[in-house]
Amino acid sequence: MHQTVASGSSPTAFPVTVVASNGKVTVVKRPTRIVSLSPTATETLFALGAGSQVVAVDDQSDHPRAAPRTSLSGFTPNVEAIAGYRPDLVVIAYDPKGLSEALGRLGITVLHQDGAKSFKGAYQQIRQLGLVTGREARAAKLIAGMKKRIGAIVADARRGRQGLSVYHELDPTLYSATSKTFIGQVYVSLGLKNIADAADSLGFGYPQLSSEYVVAASPDLIVLADTVCCGQKPSTVSARPGWDRVSAVRTGSIVRIHDSIASRWGPRLVDFYRAMASALARLRQ
Amino acid sequence: MTSVAEHAAEVRPRGLTVAWACSATAFLLVSLIAGVLVGPIDLGVGSVLESAGARLHAPGVTSSLSPTEEAILWEIRVPRVVLAALVGAMLAVAGATYQGVFRNPLADPYLLGVAAGAGLGATIAIAYLPDGLRGQRLLPIAAFVGGSIAVLLTYAVGRSARRERDAATLVLAGVTVTAFFTAWQTFVQQQNSETLQEVYSWILGNIPSSGWSDVVVVLPYIAVATVVILALRRVVDVLNLGDDEAASLGVDVRRVRLALVVAATLGTAAAVAVTGLIGFVGIIVPHTIRLLTGVGYRALLPLSVLVGAGFLVLADVVARTALAPAEIPLGVVTAFFGAPFFAVVLRTTRGGSP
Repeated sequence: MHQTVASGSSPTAFPVTVVASNGKVTVVKRPTRIVSLSPTATETLFALGAGSQVVAVDDQSDHPRAAPRTSLSGFTPNVEAIAGYRPDLVVIAYDPKGLSEALGRLGITVLHQDGAKSFKGAYQQIRQLGLVTGREARAAKLIAGMKKRIGAIVADARRGRQGLSVYHELDPTLYSATSKTFIGQVYVSLGLKNIADAADSLGFGYPQLSSEYVVAASPDLIVLADTVCCGQKPSTVSARPGWDRVSAVRTGSIVRIHDSIASRWGPRLVDFYRAMASALARLRQ
Repeated sequence: MTSVAEHAAEVRPRGLTVAWACSATAFLLVSLIAGVLVGPIDLGVGSVLESAGARLHAPGVTSSLSPTEEAILWEIRVPRVVLAALVGAMLAVAGATYQGVFRNPLADPYLLGVAAGAGLGATIAIAYLPDGLRGQRLLPIAAFVGGSIAVLLTYAVGRSARRERDAATLVLAGVTVTAFFTAWQTFVQQQNSETLQEVYSWILGNIPSSGWSDVVVVLPYIAVATVVILALRRVVDVLNLGDDEAASLGVDVRRVRLALVVAATLGTAAAVAVTGLIGFVGIIVPHTIRLLTGVGYRALLPLSVLVGAGFLVLADVVARTALAPAEIPLGVVTAFFGAPFFAVVLRTTRGGSP
């Protein structure tokens, strides 16, 4: 999708042009004052070693700690406040109320990277951020490392017990994610059967499940992506009426994952795979 | 009919007839049975009846359900049906009470700000309480406290207008307090956008599958509120004539109105605290009964308890089975099915007293 101006380990030659969610974006020279309103992009920028080029990140960018977190919001952005940081590149994951257009009018380059729908899309965004920050080689290395580690975990899971089922919890009212979603593709790759798939007749990807159904489906594995937002933990799950009968509760196969890891599509995808790998290993013993 | 008799009919609206009482009771029973038998997991009618028989120690009856199915039936489904019935009864009777007390056909249980206050309380709990403290327990308390404070404030504002005998002043105060609390709630929510999903889930309204614990929490409030309202049901007919007329008939308007509003509000606040905001029940149920039967408040209030309970149980059956095993927010179901139904009722009846 992007136009590769430089290749191999040689430094990127500017200007570079990439195709992002907001169309063709040309970055004329290596940016040194980046504002990131996308928590995923923030993680990627720091993983690429471009942290020194970042002057401000939004209020949701809680990782890594070194990121210069501000009160800027990616959901209800204030154009003047963003412009106040005199950015030469603004990275966003969401474009409400003509944000990119307003910034464009001020002569600020905007890179809009929408939520990735596939691993391929996630890797492409990392490559793109590498290109526009002049760190193409680092990006290639990061992607290769992610692919290698994830590949090893997937291969291991495929050798183990098959036919296990999983329930991914987004909040305590039992919103879940199907195999169609980005996070759901992690479970598909690990050979797990997602109990939310049967509940998504409308195909939105994030159905709210009936408690009765989860108990009856009795998933082998429960993944809690609502540990931070909603304080869920194995003891609160097992205390729900009827849930003491669920396979995952009885075997203690409840994975606690930080909400932000489970809702982003950046380099920490590997951490999510690692948590799943250790839960699967315990199940297999 | 003579004009004197017609006048008498206006002053003394129709009471409860045996036919309507039996119909409403039958509607509730059918709803409860449907609620217990139908769900996303098909347990089989015979098996459910056997299980119920075994629970009641009927001689020679043993349950054929597996332990998991027993848990689904008795720990998830039955308490949810009971909770839906309690909340439906409360919202309907509170709506009918407000309509009578404020002589306003558009009055609903949220009129005096209880919904906005409860919404603010819940949002603050979700946004600011530490994870460990919050859990499932403190959110309902925060919502209850928020709802009660909002209504207290409405009363204070209404009284300070020095026109305390005018029910319309109180309604305007409620609108004011609602606007203020809604703005505050939106601000807190917008400042803590990571809580959006949870606040949104809460505001949409649903009957939680929380077992018997929520039933135990709301039962005392709803029972007391309903008893108080039903005990005063004849006075509501008098209040509906107007404050001056009621006073001339020897009713202490302020005190009775306060008792009715406090009962309806506390019951509604308790219901909202566990289910979030379920709209339309408090309007549609009393008006449907009124249009179909033409009864006065002394009959309307007990009928609202029965029909409101049955209506919400049925709506919840739709919420948990229409897209099973996915759920639809209950507030969406009550309005989506309630609004067209009510439109039909409006068209096919010539309308009773408002």
